[in-house]
Amino acid sequence: MTFAVNGQAFSNSARSALSNDPVLEVSGLCVDYGLGKDAVRAVTDANLTLRRGEVLGIAGESGSGKSTLAYALTRLLRAPGVITGGDVLFHSRSVETGEITTVDLLAADAHELRQYRWAEIAVVFQSAMHALNPVARVENQLTDVLRVHRPDMSAAQRRERAVEMLNMVGINADRLRSYPHELSGGMRQRVMIAMALVLRPQVVIMDEPTTALDVVTQREILEELMTLRDTLGFAVVFITHDLSLLIELADSIAIMYAGRIVEQAPAAELFHAPRHPYSLGLLSSFPSLHGERVRMEGIPGAPPSLSSIPSGCTFHPRCRYAMDRCTTQEPPLARPTDEGGGRVAACWLQDGRQAPPPELARKFPPAAVSGPSASDLSRSTS
Amino acid sequence: MTDSTEPTETGRRARSRVVHGPKRPGTPALEARGLVKHFPVRSGIGRGQAVHAVEDISIALPAGTVTAVVGESGSGKSTLARLLTGLIKPTAGEVLLDGERVGTSARERRKYTNSVHLVLQDPFSSLNAVHTVRYHLERPLKLHTKLNRAQRLQRIQELLERVSLTPATTYIDKYPHELSGGQRQRIAIARGLAVGPRVLLADEPVSMLDVSIRLGVLNLMDDLRRDENLATMYVTHDIASARYLADCIVVMYAGQVVESGPAEKITDEPTHPYTQLLLSAAPDPAREETPVLKGSGAPPSLVTPPPGCRFHPRCPMAMKVCTQRVPEPLAVGADHVSACWLHASGLSAEERQPWPGRADQVGALAVGAAAVSGVAGAAGAGAETK
Repeated sequence: MTFAVNGQAFSNSARSALSNDPVLEVSGLCVDYGLGKDAVRAVTDANLTLRRGEVLGIAGESGSGKSTLAYALTRLLRAPGVITGGDVLFHSRSVETGEITTVDLLAADAHELRQYRWAEIAVVFQSAMHALNPVARVENQLTDVLRVHRPDMSAAQRRERAVEMLNMVGINADRLRSYPHELSGGMRQRVMIAMALVLRPQVVIMDEPTTALDVVTQREILEELMTLRDTLGFAVVFITHDLSLLIELADSIAIMYAGRIVEQAPAAELFHAPRHPYSLGLLSSFPSLHGERVRMEGIPGAPPSLSSIPSGCTFHPRCRYAMDRCTTQEPPLARPTDEGGGRVAACWLQDGRQAPPPELARKFPPAAVSGPSASDLSRSTS
Repeated sequence: MTDSTEPTETGRRARSRVVHGPKRPGTPALEARGLVKHFPVRSGIGRGQAVHAVEDISIALPAGTVTAVVGESGSGKSTLARLLTGLIKPTAGEVLLDGERVGTSARERRKYTNSVHLVLQDPFSSLNAVHTVRYHLERPLKLHTKLNRAQRLQRIQELLERVSLTPATTYIDKYPHELSGGQRQRIAIARGLAVGPRVLLADEPVSMLDVSIRLGVLNLMDDLRRDENLATMYVTHDIASARYLADCIVVMYAGQVVESGPAEKITDEPTHPYTQLLLSAAPDPAREETPVLKGSGAPPSLVTPPPGCRFHPRCPMAMKVCTQRVPEPLAVGADHVSACWLHASGLSAEERQPWPGRADQVGALAVGAAAVSGVAGAAGAGAETK
């Protein structure tokens, strides 16, 4: 497969020269549902930077706004969702020249959007059962995209490309003539991934892509995805509620709560040294596969309704470290005062005015030496 | 199918002797002996044949214990739960409540449903959307008890407090859509507890819930084991939560039990290749190195299950014997059994030959005897290799 060889070369150059080069920048993004007095704010001041070839995980409970954020930055949000503020900048890099053009996705008109959607930013939706067309064959669904975006390709070339994509995700070419109902859940999700990658996008947004699958199938698909990421060099925004999975998979993780990003850090740092009480609570909600069996308490209470968001820090009613200040003042998303790294947390405990409790002040890496990137340790493929 | 009937029959007679589940003295609250369920295929491909959903499972659920049943979808774990509730009739085998056979008369059936309750996976569809919490909890009390209205109200309030929905008055007149997923699942459990059952069968009770809510429901089941002395069967695909909650884990694959034993033993020292596959696939943030998936593929069709060990087409350690004979459950530790030929003694060198269809054998020409014994030894603790 000559293509894979080219892809490898591409990925190497992407890794070396442009590893810190952002491909998608989100700043101050706000999304409301509804208008006027009845509007509820689903996403508040989201700031994210996705770098080339990186896997950025977004984790949170249902209703935390993680899917809304993904739909907003692809401009796929449907009414009553309204983007009320912020910028989404997409730095598109031409494959031939390597030249970078910056597009403001929120200001782009329909024609411009059409140029970038799917070709540069593709989405893998949660439920493959509902996202695939039940009355169209796999072949038609795969070649449809090519027919629109690559009008100069002949039917035979399109078909060849469809076969190539299916092989890449581990499906036999004889499945081209199948309908979605003839495929298993894992195969449907693989077809979705093949569809998302058919135009070689620079960014793939995955909204709970493996939630409905069995653990073994989930692991197989994620392994394939990471291999493809290494060969094709695309960046991934991976949205899931399963933080334990994300820690293995992602390079950096943003934790969302009630529409706000409350903590963002490299995956291993977040796992070993969380700085926000909500991250700590989420991490202690997953029973471990090792060690002593101890009773875990998780997070008391339930997430707030978006129509009655608590004042101050939105997490304070469930937080066992809550102070007076937390009930009235909203903490900014800032670097913890004792940290030099690129991590941020929105918690008053980290502002240096008081010593945070020891479980929220752990250091990572413990010995504080410069070595291989911490996130490399827990990635599922490397 | 006809050619594989004979080994299956011999396997069945042998396997019935092994009863899975936690070992406690006395009569278990609920016991199943040799349960078999074949669903006839009435149309389409395989018409006239049967789906072999559950094959000869004996399981005991003593009071005050939690037994987790773990497996992929299609492994028959939900069918097993439904067989135990009596919602579907077994093809063969029997269910014993407190050591007595459950009869078929209406009175006996009612007594049985009084004692054994099922909590379903989806709290969004298992509650009736047009009725309040009060209705859902009062209904079993009306049907199964002779309490008057005031006593019923008091019992409902007790139940809501039991599942930590306090104060009860704020929840009693709510409709399901006004409750969160975790609260709904608590109502479903409260409804199960209404008539004081002895056995709780929970079919994936937390897999539809948010992570922060899951632990609350698991802890509630843990409290019920202790306080109400319930015998609980917890059906799940999440082996980490099974380890957290259960006394004993039963691993099912393609309708059969492949391994069972104390919960920590199963996750720390798995002896069946399928358990090892499940563990290698489970998310584990503490894992330092890249996980290696131990096996591949999908569960087989249960209409025509593979001959021999049903796991052999996916097994990275499959031997010749695995394709020919059904493995019997062998003791590999205290209360720990594993149905795998790797733990059998007395197999010939011929039978220990790697199966040519195995992933690492396709394309390989010669395999020495040393490699074979190495493979068998890799199965972990208790492997009786020559």
